[in-house]
Amino acid sequence: MIIKTAPKRRQTVLAGLCVLGLAVGLSACGDSSSSDDPASNQVEFSFLGMPENTTVEAVLQTIAAGSCATDLADYPLKTSSQPQASYDQQLQLLAGNDALPSLIFAANTPSLAIELHDGGYLVDIDQALTEVGLADAILPAAESVLRSLYGGDLFTLPAEFNIEGIWYNKAILAQHGIAQPTTWDELTAANQKLADAGVQPFAVAGSGGDGWNVTRLVGNHIFRSLGADAMRQVADGKAKLTDPEYLASAEAVAAWGQAGYFGPAPTAVDYATAMNTFLTGQAAFYYMGSWALASFNDPTQNQIGDDNIGFLPFPNVTGGKGSAAEVPANAGMPLALSSASYDAGAKAWLGCLAQNYGTLALRDKGQITGFRVFDPVADLPALTTEVQDIIANAPSSVLWFEALFSAQATTTAQTNGGLLAEGSLSGADFMSIVQADLG
Amino acid sequence: MRQVLGDRKTIAVLLAPALICYSLIMLAPMVWSLGYTLFSGNPIRGFSFAGLANFDTLLHDPKSGQALLFTIKYAVTVTIGQVVLGYLLALLYVFQLKRSSGLIRTLVFFPVVLPTVAVSLLFQKLFAIVPQDGPVNSLMNLFGAESINWFGGGGRAFLVIALMDIWRSMGFYGVLLYAGLVDISDDVIESARLDGAGGWRLARTVVLPLSRPVLISALIFSINGTLKVFDSIYALTGGGPGAQTSPLTLHMYRTAFAYGDYGYGATIALSLTICCLLVTVAVFRGSRQDPTA
Repeated sequence: MIIKTAPKRRQTVLAGLCVLGLAVGLSACGDSSSSDDPASNQVEFSFLGMPENTTVEAVLQTIAAGSCATDLADYPLKTSSQPQASYDQQLQLLAGNDALPSLIFAANTPSLAIELHDGGYLVDIDQALTEVGLADAILPAAESVLRSLYGGDLFTLPAEFNIEGIWYNKAILAQHGIAQPTTWDELTAANQKLADAGVQPFAVAGSGGDGWNVTRLVGNHIFRSLGADAMRQVADGKAKLTDPEYLASAEAVAAWGQAGYFGPAPTAVDYATAMNTFLTGQAAFYYMGSWALASFNDPTQNQIGDDNIGFLPFPNVTGGKGSAAEVPANAGMPLALSSASYDAGAKAWLGCLAQNYGTLALRDKGQITGFRVFDPVADLPALTTEVQDIIANAPSSVLWFEALFSAQATTTAQTNGGLLAEGSLSGADFMSIVQADLG
Repeated sequence: MRQVLGDRKTIAVLLAPALICYSLIMLAPMVWSLGYTLFSGNPIRGFSFAGLANFDTLLHDPKSGQALLFTIKYAVTVTIGQVVLGYLLALLYVFQLKRSSGLIRTLVFFPVVLPTVAVSLLFQKLFAIVPQDGPVNSLMNLFGAESINWFGGGGRAFLVIALMDIWRSMGFYGVLLYAGLVDISDDVIESARLDGAGGWRLARTVVLPLSRPVLISALIFSINGTLKVFDSIYALTGGGPGAQTSPLTLHMYRTAFAYGDYGYGATIALSLTICCLLVTVAVFRGSRQDPTA
C-alpha cells in the first residue's frame, strides 16, 4: 500500500511540534519552586532535625512563639527530619548539592563536621556570636569540649552539654542488697547477682547503628584502664586497638555479653526500646548520657519514678590509670548553621537561640545545655540538679570511643557493638575489624 | 510514511526528545560515575586524581569481597526461588485453575504492589523477639521451641531476607511466566497427550522447551534485579548485624555517601555493572544451545 506523503510544509510543522513538546517537557522537569509570592516577605528558616531528638525542635518552636515572636515573624521555622542512622548521608547529599538547611545537627561523626567546616559549609560561631552581641553565650566548659572535639575551631552550638554514666534503678538494687558499685569488678559482681535472681542487669541498645550504646562501655573501660589520652594514642597511630591492653577492654564487655547481662537479644533492641526497658523497671542499669533527663523527667515515659533513678559515674578499673572522676562528657548532637543560607533571618534566629535556648531547654525539658542560662530556672527536678552539680564539680572530662575515628571506623564500631553485647563477637574480632578501618 | 521515515532530519527530530532525555537521565550519570572511578574525594572536600588506586583498593578490600559473596549468594538463592516458584504458580494457573485462576493470581500478585518498606516492616514484626515475640516466635513457642533472634546472626537474617523477597516477587514471575505458558497452543498439548505424554513427561518434553524463551527472560530479569538488591535489605536489616547482610549496593552506598569516598563507591558500582553484564551474557549464551540437540 502506498501512503500519500506529507507535503514539506507539514513536515516542518511536525518538527516544530516535536521541538515545542520537548521544550514543554523539559520545562515541566525544571524547578517549580521559583514562583514567588510578592505579597509575602517571609523567608523560611529551615531546620533538619532527627526523630531521636525531639528537644531541639520543641525549644525552637517555643522560641519562635515566645519573646522572639516579633523578631522572627518574617523568618518562620520550617522543620524536616532524618533518622540519626542516615543523618550523615543526608548531610553529605545536601552539602554536595549546596542545599544544606539553615540549621542542622553537626553530624554524628565529628570528622564529617570538620570536613563540612573546612569546605566552608558552616558558619564560624565565634564571629557570628560576636556580631549578634552574645559572645559569652556559650559556657567555657562546653566551648572547651567543642573545641577539643573539632580540632580547636568553634563552628557548632552546644544544644546539649552532657555527662555520661550508668543510671540505676535504686529499688532493684536495694531489693537485691546491692551497694553502689565503685569498680568494674564490683559492677560485674552486681550484674551476676541480678542475673542469678532473674533480673536483666543492663538495658542496652545494639540494633544497627545504635550499637554505640555498647561501644561506650568499651571506650570508658579503656579510659579507666589506660588513662584519658588512650584513644588519642590510637587516633595518632601510636597505639592500636589490637594491642593487648586495648583488647582487654573489649573482652571485658564481650564477657558481659556472653554472660547474658544485656538481655536475650541486644541486636534487636533499638534506642527507644532500651530506654523503655529501663524506665519500665525491666533492667537495673542503663548506660546513657544526661540528655536522657528529658525522658527521665517525663512521667509518661518514666514509670519507675525520677526519685528512683540514681547516677553512677563509670567505675574505676582496678589497677587502671584512669579515674572515675574523669567524667565522659560531650555536647550531644551540637547544632551548626549553614553558611550558604546565613542571611538576616538566620542571624536573627542565632541571636534568639543564644539568648533563650539554655533557659528554655532547662525549664521545659530539664535539658542541660552548653548555653548560658540568662534567666535562672527555679524548681528543677532533683536528677537535673544532681547532674548540674556533677558537671560543676568534675575536674576533667574524657570523650568517647569513636570520637576521633573516621566515618567508616565509626560505622563499623557502632554496627558491630550489638554483636559484642550479644556475645556472638569476641573482643579480639571486634577490635580487629575496627582497627582495619583505622588503617 | 516511507519517505517521512527515510528523511534523516525527520528521524532526528522524532528521536531527539527521547534521546536527549535518556542521555541526560541515564547516560550522563553513567559516564560521570565512570569518571569518578579515577578520582578520590567527595563534593565537600573536593576531588583529586587517583589513577587506578580505587581498582587496587577494590581487589584488596575484604569488605567488598564479603559484600560480593553475599550478593552472589542472595542473587542465586532468590533467583531460583522466584523463578521456580513463579513457574510452578504459572503451571498451576494454566493447567489446574485454568479460567478460574484470576482471584488466586491477584492475591499472589498483591505483595508486588506493596511498598518495599512496608513489606520490610511487616517482616520485622513477624520475626520480632523484642519488645514482644512476633507471630513466628510465638508459633515456635507454641510447639515448645525457644524464641530465636532472627536478625542477630547473618545466616538467620539471610533466611528472612530471602523468604521476604521471594514471597514479595514470586507473584510477578508467576504472571510473567503465565503469559508465556498461555501462548502454548492447546493443539500441541493435546497432540502430546494423544501420543501418551502426561504429567512430568508432558512438562519436561513439551511445556518446558516451549516456554524456554519466557523462562530465559524471567531469569535475566530476576538475576539482574537480585544482583542490584538494595531497598529491601536496607529497610529490613540495614545490612546487619555488623555487615553480614550487606550486598555490594549497600557497601557502595555507604562508601560513597556515608564515608564520603565517591571514587571508590563508583568503582564498586562499576564492578557490579560488570557482574550484571557477565551474568546476562552467560544466560544468553546458555539459552542459545538447542535443548533438543
